[in-house]
Amino acid sequence: MKIVVLVKYVPDATGERSFAADGTVDRAGSDGLLSELDEYAVEQALQIADKRDDVEVVVMTLGPEDAADAIKRSLQMGASAGIHIIDDAVHGSDAAATSAILAEAIKKAVPDLVICGMASTDGTMGVIPAMIAERLDWPAATLGATLSLADDRITIRRDTDVASLTIEASLPAIVSVTDQSGDARYPSMKGILAAKKKPVETWTLADLAIDTSSVGLDAAWSKVLQTTPRPPKEPGRIIVDEDDAGSAAFVEFLTAGKYI
Amino acid sequence: MSEVLIVAEQVDSHVSRPALELLTLARRLGDPVAVVFGEADETVAKALAEYGAIRVLSVSDPALNDYLVTPKAEALAQIAETVRPAAILITSTPEGKEIAGRLAVKLESGLITDATDLAADGTTTQSVFAGNWTVTAAVPRGVPVITVKPNAVTPEVAPAEPAVEQVEVTVSDTAKSARIVNSEPKQSSGRPELTEAGVVVAGGRGTGGEFAAIEELADLLGGAVGASRAAVDAGWYPYAYQIGQTGKTVSPQLYIAAGISGAIQHRAGMQTSKAIVAVNKDSEAPIFALADLGIVGDLNKVLPAVIEKIKQRKG
Ligand SMILES: Cc1cc2nc3c(=O)[nH]c(=O)nc-3n(C[C@H](O)[C@H](O)[C@H](O)COP(=O)(O)OP(=O)(O)OC[C@H]3O[C@@H](n4cnc5c(N)ncnc54)[C@H](O)[C@@H]3O)c2cc1C
Ligand SMILES: Nc1ncnc2c1ncn2[C@@H]1O[C@H](COP(=O)(O)O)[C@@H](O)[C@H]1O
Repeated sequence: MKIVVLVKYVPDATGERSFAADGTVDRAGSDGLLSELDEYAVEQALQIADKRDDVEVVVMTLGPEDAADAIKRSLQMGASAGIHIIDDAVHGSDAAATSAILAEAIKKAVPDLVICGMASTDGTMGVIPAMIAERLDWPAATLGATLSLADDRITIRRDTDVASLTIEASLPAIVSVTDQSGDARYPSMKGILAAKKKPVETWTLADLAIDTSSVGLDAAWSKVLQTTPRPPKEPGRIIVDEDDAGSAAFVEFLTAGKYI
Repeated sequence: MSEVLIVAEQVDSHVSRPALELLTLARRLGDPVAVVFGEADETVAKALAEYGAIRVLSVSDPALNDYLVTPKAEALAQIAETVRPAAILITSTPEGKEIAGRLAVKLESGLITDATDLAADGTTTQSVFAGNWTVTAAVPRGVPVITVKPNAVTPEVAPAEPAVEQVEVTVSDTAKSARIVNSEPKQSSGRPELTEAGVVVAGGRGTGGEFAAIEELADLLGGAVGASRAAVDAGWYPYAYQIGQTGKTVSPQLYIAAGISGAIQHRAGMQTSKAIVAVNKDSEAPIFALADLGIVGDLNKVLPAVIEKIKQRKG
């Protein structure tokens, strides 16, 4: 059984994030890492592998050279192999092109199950798994707070505002898991050493028979026009709560704003 | 004038407020046509008419409820083939975004998610990187499929006289592949919907799990209750109330954060609130950088005192 986990390399959310002049995310100017939300996807794949002997966990990323770090981290956690799709033509691709490339790569890798994170921490669209499923005509069970696999059938629990849903699909299928699905493991010393020997393939668009002019910034179906940093907020009023000064200021604020 | 499709979500047979917001935004681009999944009864049709829907299309195939997302995307694609809309607007919920993503693939159209505004020429505004940047974007290809965050605009009345049309759609077998085998309804809190509330009172790890004062203050202000992920992870409050990157984004008139440090992932969900009040005993907490009013103090003292004063005032 082969599981492909889709992982994305993203700018560190706790650092300064910004845009390049062409309106794309500035990946050169900030430190990057494996998207924390994709660690949950790797973890779920490893939990399935922990329970059975016939499972191979392959992590796949689409991204520039640095994105190899996302694969490395996943291998250290315990994945068995990596696939890095890298091609200069991909720069500036939107969700349409990203999902098209990943769908072709999945066809080439021929997994039984694809596991994704709930959203990338930079774009936060949360649409790629559904868009890939649409292209592959595969069942998609997305936003699982739990994931289980039995008899070539996956089951997830999806919590919405109004209900808790149980969803089933047969393999091959694509799923995404949320940060409620269970803490991701840290790489062990053994895992870090073992990762160095694990195979990582690099694929280009030519390997996937994708026309380079169909992806990238110029081909994008949606275009960023302008990016503006939010102006720094005017410092507010800070009150130290002594002799009830805090609640007095609070109530005054509520009154001035006509909340009471 | 061209038509603009909007998906009108229903909650307990009522049109959701975000649907009225979509109608209001759609009127900037053309004539709104509302798609309702399920029956559009009289209350629903009336509300959609009041806010400017020139047609109401009701799709009531049972497959819509039995399978995840896909039948809805197919239905919209089929409707779009006949209506040929100038744009398709859907509310930014997890399901709405997935429907939009699939629809964009089906229609070979550009997709924009989480818009906070929409101009007459189709240009969208989005707030990204935890609210630290504002981005404008447009769709040069196909029928723009745009998901819009709740609270993007104040719904404006524009009476129209739509007929409710029943629309038959065909749901393919491949759309019936992720089956909803069970659905446990959740109990409603009786408070306003978190993403729609004008006031949100949120508690974090600093509450120590005691949410009674948070809830009482929310009720006095007619607001909703929210929680940080630390509070949710500790099991103090349900996940549906989590605010932040992996929870809800809220943009109320007033956000009150009590015992919340203001980590970047939390700020991502509340940074665009109009006014922010923070209560935290640590004067160095990052939440104070966002606060219009910051109170450095113990929430166990401040909140009860505020509640007491409001009650006195209300008599
Ligand atoms: C991928 C990812 C996604 C995430 N998504 C989210 C998300 O959606 N939402 C979210 O909230 N977080 C999210 N987080 C977690 C986030 O990084 C923080 O860990 C979390 O927000 C902290 O919650 P907190 O502020 O309640 O707790 P803490 O950071 O522990 O802060 C508690 C605060 O309470 C104050 N306090 C303690 N006692 C009192 C008292 N008696 N009176 C007043 N103040 C007191 C303390 O001074 C402190 O500032 C995410 C993290 C990651 C990695
Ligand atoms: N460039 C990428 N490479 C690999 N996986 C990706 C990429 N972009 C998105 N994904 C996957 O799709 C999920 C949702 O991403 P998004 O729709 O961009 O929020 C992520 O959590 C990843 O699992």
